[in-house]
Amino acid sequence: MNRQTLFEKIWDSHVVHEPRGKPALIYVDLHLIHEVTSPQAFEGLRLSGRSVRRPDLTVATVDHNVPTIDRWFIKDEISRRQVEALKQNADDFGVRFYGIESDRQGIVHVIGPELGLTRPGTVIVCGDSHTSTHGAFGAFALGIGTSEVEHVLATQCLVQKRPKTMEVRVDGALPRGVTAKDVILGIIGSIGVDGAVGHVIEYTGEAIRTLSMEGRMTVCNMSIEAGARAGMIAPDETTIEYLEGREFSPKGQEWEAAVAEWQRLPTDEGARFDKTVVISASELEPYVTWGTNPGMVVPVTGRVPDPKSLESESDRTAAEQALRYMDLTPDIPIQDIAIDRVFIGSCTNARIADLRAAAGIVQGKQVAATVQAMVVPGSTQVKIQAEEEGLDRVFTDAGFEWREAGCSMCLGMNPDVLQPGERCASSSNRNFEGRQGKGGRTHLVSPQMAAAAAIAGHFVDIRDW
Amino acid sequence: MEPFTRLSGIVIPLPRVNVDTDQIIPAQFMKRIERTGYGQFLFNSWRYLPDGSPNPDFVLNRAEYEGASILVSGRNFGSGSSREHAVWALHDYGIRCVITPKFADIFYNNCIQNGVLPVALPEDRVQELIEKAERKPGYRLTVNLENQTIYDSEGFEDAFEIEPFIRERLLRGLDDIAMTLQEEDEIAAFEATRPSWLEPAKS
Repeated sequence: MNRQTLFEKIWDSHVVHEPRGKPALIYVDLHLIHEVTSPQAFEGLRLSGRSVRRPDLTVATVDHNVPTIDRWFIKDEISRRQVEALKQNADDFGVRFYGIESDRQGIVHVIGPELGLTRPGTVIVCGDSHTSTHGAFGAFALGIGTSEVEHVLATQCLVQKRPKTMEVRVDGALPRGVTAKDVILGIIGSIGVDGAVGHVIEYTGEAIRTLSMEGRMTVCNMSIEAGARAGMIAPDETTIEYLEGREFSPKGQEWEAAVAEWQRLPTDEGARFDKTVVISASELEPYVTWGTNPGMVVPVTGRVPDPKSLESESDRTAAEQALRYMDLTPDIPIQDIAIDRVFIGSCTNARIADLRAAAGIVQGKQVAATVQAMVVPGSTQVKIQAEEEGLDRVFTDAGFEWREAGCSMCLGMNPDVLQPGERCASSSNRNFEGRQGKGGRTHLVSPQMAAAAAIAGHFVDIRDW
Repeated sequence: MEPFTRLSGIVIPLPRVNVDTDQIIPAQFMKRIERTGYGQFLFNSWRYLPDGSPNPDFVLNRAEYEGASILVSGRNFGSGSSREHAVWALHDYGIRCVITPKFADIFYNNCIQNGVLPVALPEDRVQELIEKAERKPGYRLTVNLENQTIYDSEGFEDAFEIEPFIRERLLRGLDDIAMTLQEEDEIAAFEATRPSWLEPAKS
């Protein structure tokens, strides 16, 4: 019997054409579009007189540019033009569009799953590196550039070299206080920010199986932060339960047929990966990044590392540059680092389960006087749900700002930015120099750790909360 | 796309590892809907001081490197965001070839789409080139895609690997979409086999 991995099953069922010695042409089941990486692609179609091959498999929303307060009129004229261009393009080419006024608008990687557009066994692309999020459902989901966006619009296919496979197995149960965010930060800290380049990761093991869909999305979301082409988790009962009854999920007989298909997807016993990494869940802790990429990470109980302790010269230089940018000195305890801002949001950690967990930390407490904190739901649906549950009041009573849905302060493209020198505890995915605003300093943590830091004014261990 | 065959040019050294696309072009410059004009924003945060004046210490601001077309940097170059704007900024600035020990996957594909040649060389060879370009500003390299070699006038010479298909594409400046549209029959045949549950259900 030919034993196959989850990835291989999806790949093989999507190859349209694979000429010898050339990359494959693979079929795309869902193409998600947002305002930043699509205008040049639509312009390309216009210039060459091409149309969108499958507008019914293409869905557009606005997220990167939208303000999270006063969003009905975008003051930044260039941002406004970009948002308007997407609406125009969606209209002209017949693509379904969820604009600012829609109650289905939100971060593209939050709305795909919540609307039931994301499904197991499919190929999903978007001009956005965090498309890896959708792999949580057992899909092959990958970020592409704008030229490739144009290619998918025109042909519904992607030219792709078959990536290698990598299993990341997290054995054992997660200790109390260790979240999905800590799992992925621990993995990246262990394999490095280029540890999975050229590979598709499949996350396996007990610690992964017991995660909620939201937790699995957090893990898969940051696969790109380890350099992976995509990340994925085999579908199971948790996946099926999440998808049943969602707006665009298959219904009736179609649902039955789909579920039967999805149950055949998990990696066969004995199938081989090109590479396997095993991590013990019991060794994972709540993590805080100290540097300028997500691999520069230590447990909250740890200290800022001394670059001198690193082996290679390039790593030492990188650590020195990072500490200079972050204005940190070696050996200080992580919990002594005071923060100015807290951001709970982004496609990594702004789903309903994340907001519930963070609200649980801040309930009845007050944000430190020295801290400005905000919560930005990942989608308008998440915002509505959170308000029904009263989570908005928990946050605002504690002194957090409660905003409208969008990418917000994850990437410094809209009015939500750090000022130069400001230090932020953030539930987002990238701590690159200037990522949250020029000169801003980002520490990546789980939403629970961000919430606790907002109250304490510095990093604290949520296991002691 | 303009074909890439052979390039001889000044080398810019960027002795850093993990240069991410947020550094190549920060997000605030991605609001434009055009494909051109991003060169002025290339490496913005390193290139300009907080007051907006050029940072005299940054390599792009040194007169000896003016007109450079080759960039050499540390491993995992182009990591992070999928933004093709990063390659548009490099290309618009004049860079036609990037040399590093290891490329991030999406950035690599974006280079190919824009006729920028990505060359992967071993770590020690890249270090050697960085040192040469730092020691002697204005240092030049020649990259020949036809025979996959890279050399200078002082005896440095190396061969590099590239997928034959990608080499062919760059040499001829081919457009992926036009090639794929020739497979129309196969795409349509594949489409006919897709199960109906793959269509989005009506809400």
